[in-house]
Amino acid sequence: MSQNILKAEDITMQFGGVVAVNNLSLEVNEGEIVALIGPNGAGKTTAFNCITGVYEPTNGRVSFCGTPIVESYPTGKMKKQYLGENAGKYTRRIVNTPDVITKAGIARTFQNIRLFSSMTVFENVLIAKHMRAKQNLFTATFRLNHAEEQRMRSETMELLKMQDLDHLKDEIAGSLPYGIQRRLEIARALATDPKLLLLDEPAAGMNPQETQELTDFIRQIRDEYHLTIFMIEHHMDLVMQISDRVYVLDFGKLLATGTPEEIQNNPRVIEAYLGVSEEDA
Amino acid sequence: MKKTRTSDIVISVCLYLVLLGFILFLDRTLPATDIALTVLKKGCIYSLVAVSMNLLNGFTGLFSLGQAGFMMIGGYTYAILTIPVEARDSVYQYFNGGIVRFSVPFWVGLIAAGIVAAIFAWLIGLPVLRLKSDYLAIATLGFAEIMRAFFQWDSLGVLTNGSNMLRKYPAFRSTVFPFVTASLCIGIIVLIINSSYGRAFRAIRDDEIAAEAMGINLAKHKRMSFCISSFFAGVGGALLAMYQTSIQAAPFKSAMTYEILLIVVIGGLGSVTGSCIGSFLFIACSEWWLRFLDAETTIGTFRVPLLRSGFRKVVFSVIIMLIVLFAQKGIMGNKEFSVSGIRDWLTKKKQKKEAGA
Amino acid sequence: MDFLSKNLPYLLAGISVGGQYALIAIGYTMVYGILRLINFAHGDIFTVAGLILIYATTILPLYISIPLTLVATVALGYIVERAAYKPLRNAPRMSVMISAIGVSYLLQNLALYITGGLAQTYPAIPFISNTISVGPATTKVVTVITPILTIILVIALMQLIGHTKIGMAMRAVANDFETSRLMGIKVDTVISMTFIIGSFLAAVGSILYFANYPSVIPTSGAMPGLKAFVAAVFGGIGSIPGAVIGAFIIGISENIIKGLGWTTFSDAFTFALLIIVLLVKPTGLFGEKATDKV
Repeated sequence: MSQNILKAEDITMQFGGVVAVNNLSLEVNEGEIVALIGPNGAGKTTAFNCITGVYEPTNGRVSFCGTPIVESYPTGKMKKQYLGENAGKYTRRIVNTPDVITKAGIARTFQNIRLFSSMTVFENVLIAKHMRAKQNLFTATFRLNHAEEQRMRSETMELLKMQDLDHLKDEIAGSLPYGIQRRLEIARALATDPKLLLLDEPAAGMNPQETQELTDFIRQIRDEYHLTIFMIEHHMDLVMQISDRVYVLDFGKLLATGTPEEIQNNPRVIEAYLGVSEEDA
Repeated sequence: MKKTRTSDIVISVCLYLVLLGFILFLDRTLPATDIALTVLKKGCIYSLVAVSMNLLNGFTGLFSLGQAGFMMIGGYTYAILTIPVEARDSVYQYFNGGIVRFSVPFWVGLIAAGIVAAIFAWLIGLPVLRLKSDYLAIATLGFAEIMRAFFQWDSLGVLTNGSNMLRKYPAFRSTVFPFVTASLCIGIIVLIINSSYGRAFRAIRDDEIAAEAMGINLAKHKRMSFCISSFFAGVGGALLAMYQTSIQAAPFKSAMTYEILLIVVIGGLGSVTGSCIGSFLFIACSEWWLRFLDAETTIGTFRVPLLRSGFRKVVFSVIIMLIVLFAQKGIMGNKEFSVSGIRDWLTKKKQKKEAGA
Repeated sequence: MDFLSKNLPYLLAGISVGGQYALIAIGYTMVYGILRLINFAHGDIFTVAGLILIYATTILPLYISIPLTLVATVALGYIVERAAYKPLRNAPRMSVMISAIGVSYLLQNLALYITGGLAQTYPAIPFISNTISVGPATTKVVTVITPILTIILVIALMQLIGHTKIGMAMRAVANDFETSRLMGIKVDTVISMTFIIGSFLAAVGSILYFANYPSVIPTSGAMPGLKAFVAAVFGGIGSIPGAVIGAFIIGISENIIKGLGWTTFSDAFTFALLIIVLLVKPTGLFGEKATDKV
């Protein structure tokens, strides 16, 4: 069995009195494509936000490549209000801002595309190279980092060529068509040299043909960049075709997990997610 | 980003030198008090301050209203450090000559002005930059007001001369000096904007959350931008102090920050050249071109109505409101005025013509 | 007792100034609640209200001048909103804030032009300018009236917002601008109403505030305006009770500091308080926490 690259233990995220994610534990192994599915409002994006450091979970731990990157327990007011489980289990607080987590090797895309809309396609991707550069303000300002800047630019260009976006490199990102913006967002995430890529509804708003293309594309980048992919998705065709394993979330809780076939045949999943009405009908 | 051709750089440098020569010529031929020279001097200083504010508001997307405060810190630092030792007794007449017993050359004072302003920015930036848009604006505005009170405080009089003015420090007479200093500083700001850090600033402006997801440390980069902006605001403040030949805390009110903000908006948020053009227009209009509106005028026996002291500023603020309302992008938008830009524009026009024919 | 008799005048002045700040602060907080806009021009509307009364009393008796001032200030607030903020309804928030700064600049310059830059003597208003003694301290009637009038106006306003149709619409728009529009609420009317109420209260505040001062200059309103805004932030911007309580706290502490002989820092203190509150509780005392959706 291969090594798990991402491990979430007992993640709970509570906003005031609402528990958005409840005691979620999951593992993603190296090289896998894993999907997180669930009805709207099930807490999928919130789970992503806990993993990438956008939110600090109320309780629980996230480890990446065996090292804890996020860990928390209820403090302050939340101590009394806490509605989740495993309250005493975690005693450390490890808080990392999203940039640290990105640097560690987790890249992500967003449900509602977040590009740097006034910047060019080239610059959007080039930004990702900034965090690993050795320059400082002085060398960067007075162009003493020429070699490094050239390297960053050529790496960016290479990536754009591979993603077939190089002919658009001087276009302003915000003016591109929707489908290309999605692809650019993935390219930009790849430019951070991630080990793990989190995709938040990559097929949202795509037609069946585009979805099929995306399916091939995800497989292709997984193989080319030796990635592990963890994604939230609603298009069941896509999920069932490429996922090695699927996690199902409902009302913040893990409902089921297994291979796509197992999930498809799981009566609880059918009831919660695919809808009771189908059976009634 | 498009490659800039070497020839464009050469042309730009030549243009700059021509401009410098022209200013040198004006300096020699016009009397020192000529209004054109005043506008040029003040315009240079305001350009620098406006560009530094644009770096923060236009390029990093941080809506800060503390510019006047940092200018004041810079101006005071310069004055305090450079007043000649022998003049100190007369300047600090109520404070036994003050506690500073040395003085430094003017250029050291200028750099120190920037550094001290940047240090203050670093300190205040630690907590304040966590705040979001309007809260940041009001907190920085408040900070500037606090600083103004401190600089007028009698107990600090041995340093700041309390609410009395500081004077007799080295100033400039020529127009070349502020022009060269300001353009040098603006040049450095442009280099920063076009560097990897500048890209990071713009990424933060476009989308903070995405920028963070791209590995950009928000706190670090915001503070960096804040300190750089304050550094140059401090240098600008020192230049303003030199221009005025005396400095007092009272005029560094929020109204001054508003003026600079309006300049930035008129020029275009996110355009360095826009800020410079905006500064010169603003200064020229308020000090020179609209002067006639302030003078009571009679043509023959007809007395032109409305024209009297203060009308200039009313007309001026109406113009500003019209720009704010109907030309929200300002003069330049987020574009830059450059040789290569003009060439591209010309070739495009030519192509269009050819295509049309 | 000695302490009280020495500090009572400052305390009284503090409560009174607090009430005046509260009346201005409500204008800020209501506009912010609905438009998410710091109305930088509000302090200048307050000044203009003072000037209107001065010019009105030169030709008209007081019992006409005062209502006229209220009406004219309300009209000004309404016009400013229609002319300077409405066209920017769909523009980025920063543009609207810049427009507000522009309006402030315009009103100040206009006031400078009309007054010729000279301080204009504020008329003595009979009754409220009279002196009375409260315990060991002597003060003007206005000092005592202000807090009472403020409380009455605030209660009336709360009733208006809580129990009338327009009040309900205001709450709805403050809660969700877009949905309210979709639900058929006339958003523009609600916004105008907000500016009308805000300007009316600012005009009342202006009469009470300037009654304590001999004269008005074009920048007289800038500082009280800023402080009232700080009060609104302090109390949690968007919350009317928050603004009122914040205003009283700021008014009182500012005057106590004056009493201690630290007059130079009475303004600075207000801003220091603001920065501390923003850092400890960024949403103010009664503000609601808003999380950005990612």
